[in-house]
Amino acid sequence: MNLDVKTETLGNETKMFVSGEIDAYTAPQLKEALMPLVEKQEPAVTVDLRGVDYIDSTGLGIFVGALKSTDQNNGTLRLVSLNERVKRLFSITGLDEVIDIEERRESAGK
Amino acid sequence: MTVYEELIEMKVPAKPEYVGVVRLTVSGVANRVGYTYDEIEDIKVAIAEACTNVVDHAYDDEGLISLQFHVHDQFVEFKIADDGTNVDVEELKKYRGPIQPDEPIQKLNEGGLGLFLIETLMDDVEIRKNKGVAIVMKKYFQKDGVAHGTNGIETETINKHR
Repeated sequence: MNLDVKTETLGNETKMFVSGEIDAYTAPQLKEALMPLVEKQEPAVTVDLRGVDYIDSTGLGIFVGALKSTDQNNGTLRLVSLNERVKRLFSITGLDEVIDIEERRESAGK
Repeated sequence: MTVYEELIEMKVPAKPEYVGVVRLTVSGVANRVGYTYDEIEDIKVAIAEACTNVVDHAYDDEGLISLQFHVHDQFVEFKIADDGTNVDVEELKKYRGPIQPDEPIQKLNEGGLGLFLIETLMDDVEIRKNKGVAIVMKKYFQKDGVAHGTNGIETETINKHR
């Protein structure tokens, strides 16, 4: 039940790879890694959630916070490779309407 | 048909690191009583949200989360309770709803989605206030919007898993 976060940065463009479970225990770790990236000037942050198999409202709240920050700093936030379960929670809460989200594609082309 | 009831109880410290422990346990119980994969995932989120509420709000200092899973014939009743004095139930009930797409981004709320998720993912949710707060929720087996295990066929399916 741990979270693993890796980042690759090139200028203002950052790609973050997250794997594990995002809950009340692990969310602070995600927040600590993500917030400095979205607080830059004109940040372009892509968060790859391929390895995330669980998220709850604590995690959703962190992405809301990150979205607000990228918006404030004239940047962009994208979440990619969400699995069906994780995507579902973004949909139920309506967050998929405000955050740029791309679901995991089926194996074709990978 | 025999009336089938079982009770599973546990208490864990109201700390973030125990929310995952509860999730694993409830996943095991839900699997045992015969919920589908998707139902188990929904239950895990709902229970974790209730526990996180306790962890974040119930106690000034330390305290316990009390959990009861009451297995009935057609549903399980999950009760998550604390005996803290901090939670204002009316405040807890105030904000419930999904994000509104036309809301300016800077006005979006980072919290408040937990209870909304609980109400969406479970079938029947009740918030009780005694000394602390108890969130009591039901999840019916094989929810199909018609009848919950009343036609005999469904009940048979359920019992097979037991």
